Amino acid sequence: MITQTDTSTSYTTPGIAGMVSDWSADRQAFDVPWGKLMMWVFLLSDTFIFSVFLTGYMTVRLSATEPWPNPSEVFALTIAGHHLPLILIAIMTFALITSSGTMAMAVNFAYRGDKRLTVILIALTALLGASFVGMQAFEWSKLIFEEGVRPWGNPMGAAQFGSTFFMITGFHGLHVTAGVIYLSIVARKVARGDYEGKGYAIVEIAGLYWHFVDLVWVFIFAFFYLW
Amino acid sequence: MSDATTGQQHPIGIYLKVWLLLFVLSTFSYLVDFFHVQGYLRWTLILAFMFLKAGFIVAIFMHVAWERLALKYVLFLPLSAIAVLIALMAIEGDYTFLTRHLFFDP
Repeated sequence: MITQTDTSTSYTTPGIAGMVSDWSADRQAFDVPWGKLMMWVFLLSDTFIFSVFLTGYMTVRLSATEPWPNPSEVFALTIAGHHLPLILIAIMTFALITSSGTMAMAVNFAYRGDKRLTVILIALTALLGASFVGMQAFEWSKLIFEEGVRPWGNPMGAAQFGSTFFMITGFHGLHVTAGVIYLSIVARKVARGDYEGKGYAIVEIAGLYWHFVDLVWVFIFAFFYLW
Repeated sequence: MSDATTGQQHPIGIYLKVWLLLFVLSTFSYLVDFFHVQGYLRWTLILAFMFLKAGFIVAIFMHVAWERLALKYVLFLPLSAIAVLIALMAIEGDYTFLTRHLFFDP
């Protein structure tokens, strides 16, 4: 007998027919934990925020009559006598991708019930996130104190460069910082055994947030640093 | 068993492969800048690597590939509004650029 609470039999058919019956049937439309659905809704709203920021950046860059500062040169560093374009940003990108990988593994091991590895992997993710924020702080101070970039102007060209840079990377950095705190709390709760009774969906939900932060960076890296 | 009770469980191998792929794609996009690729080839490569990376993160790491169509539509249909915004603002940006040249350039 099929009951409403029995989620294991709620699945009907894949594809369009399944979607239509999911929406029209008198039961839950999404076969996911409510927390996960709420996280997805939040991430969708966050997608709009970052999209609007990046679209705003596109608009002011398109309409700027002064030359746009070349990000490849602005973010170049000289390491051991070698002039390397964008090198810090590349390292930051790799740090964030590595952290996304460790987070994916953490979710996997959480569902496998390996508490120790889960805690280690989440802690590693948070640590990589913290190092990303550290590198960003270095990048910002170099830009502010050495290059003289301000939200209202800079010596290299279009004034809009500073305002969009600080707004977009600042908002992303804020997300990474919040993520590091969020992950630290989840790691502690996993270690304490808080989720043993109710399952490890919470680790997957935290993972969704973290992957989203990495996802946003993919777009910032392409549109702001490489374009 | 359904996803609600067991969560998204997949072999570790697929995560490792996607992880490696993301590293390779990031390296490629960095090399676009390193070798000073310019013009349309640059923008095509940047966008291609960006969408590939984003796609793998969303599909595999965020498990959307295994979610139901009902959830996928909730996530992706609203994004069409952003596409409209980008198109409108591109027109607007070009217009502002042209009028600035017309009225503020000697």
